Amino acid sequence: MEIKVLGSGCARCKALEKLTSKAVEELNLDATVEKVEDIQKIMEYAVMRTPALVIDEKVVLSGQVPKINDLKELLTNNL
Amino acid sequence: MSRIKNKIVLVLILIPVWILVYKYLQEISEFIVFRIFQLTPEKHLTETLRFFIFEVPKVLMLLVLIIFVVGIIRTYFSPEKTRKALEGKPLFVGNVVASLLGIVTPFCSCSAIPLFLGFVEAGIPLGVTFSFLIAAPMINEVALVLLIGLFGWKVALIYVLTGLSIAIMAGFILEKLKLTRYVADWVYKTHAKQSLEEEQAKTLNQRISAGGEVVKEIVGKIWIYILIGIAVGAGAHGFVPDEYLAGALGSQNWYSVPLAILVGIPLYSNAAGIIPIVSVLIEKGVTLGTALAFMMSVIGLSLPEIIILKKVLKWQLIGVFIGVVAIGIIIVGLIFNYIVFI
Repeated sequence: MEIKVLGSGCARCKALEKLTSKAVEELNLDATVEKVEDIQKIMEYAVMRTPALVIDEKVVLSGQVPKINDLKELLTNNL
Repeated sequence: MSRIKNKIVLVLILIPVWILVYKYLQEISEFIVFRIFQLTPEKHLTETLRFFIFEVPKVLMLLVLIIFVVGIIRTYFSPEKTRKALEGKPLFVGNVVASLLGIVTPFCSCSAIPLFLGFVEAGIPLGVTFSFLIAAPMINEVALVLLIGLFGWKVALIYVLTGLSIAIMAGFILEKLKLTRYVADWVYKTHAKQSLEEEQAKTLNQRISAGGEVVKEIVGKIWIYILIGIAVGAGAHGFVPDEYLAGALGSQNWYSVPLAILVGIPLYSNAAGIIPIVSVLIEKGVTLGTALAFMMSVIGLSLPEIIILKKVLKWQLIGVFIGVVAIGIIIVGLIFNYIVFI
């Protein structure tokens, strides 16, 4: 699975990236986590709030940093 | 299921407790200063301490309550819904709606760019987008709390109404100036590959938790600024003579308002840090209009936001944007200085 964290370098975006990596590791998922900082690429996903989380090209979250348990649930639901 | 009930019950229990403590805050603070610390009234240090011990819990309590309520209200709004509401609205009506929605839509200046692009892509006029971008940071719940807490609800209302007028008029004028060519060229070339799915409706319980989360996040971030702001304010309250600042910034000096704005733009502070200080400025003789102008330029026109906007706007447009908003603030400042003197 291919996970992207969209965000142009704000504190919350970095927090989401870290949290996602941690969740992936703890769940032992076979996934890549990529940070997308280019605003034009971000806009292709039609998000209006950063940070946003994209799983396999689908936006699953925008404008918030969830709790790790909610994030894990989100990841397993989108396997 | 039992946890769901608990949260609503918890809120219902906490509200009367809040009201009770808030009502007797003056008595509690006086008890601490005069009985526990045994300080003599009317001394500088006593006055400073009393101000601090009374203002800090008062402002923090208001902050928790209002941010919580606003946090819940905001769960009913989102930039996506706001964009939908603005699509196809005629000018002026669009400006009014955008400014009003700017108050309640969750907004963080770090998201200003995606929001701007999202609006532009939906065909929302530039001026309407600007109305939103002016109102959103300027009229926020923290500013509201501090204004109510330190000046009373009348000044808070004046701030909201004048802030709204500036956002509406500035957006309207910016649209009339036809500045689309000063938007960075790539902006009109970006296109979303997909549209976002509708968010699921939230339960009341989720909304309450969301409100709680926002309180934790915002209060956790700004309490220190409030403490410092009120400490500076308390120090000045006790030690600086009244009317001290009346000479330079208080009287009918016409230049006091533009000067306050010039000083305010590069100063980057959130409402939390600046408003306690402004409250003391007023106490020491600065007129309301000048103080309002200063506050608005610090909160509404900030360098970091301008730098963020530079990514999507050419400098000519940024210049006009700052100019129009600054003129709006000057007019508000002068009007209030004038009203105070008649």
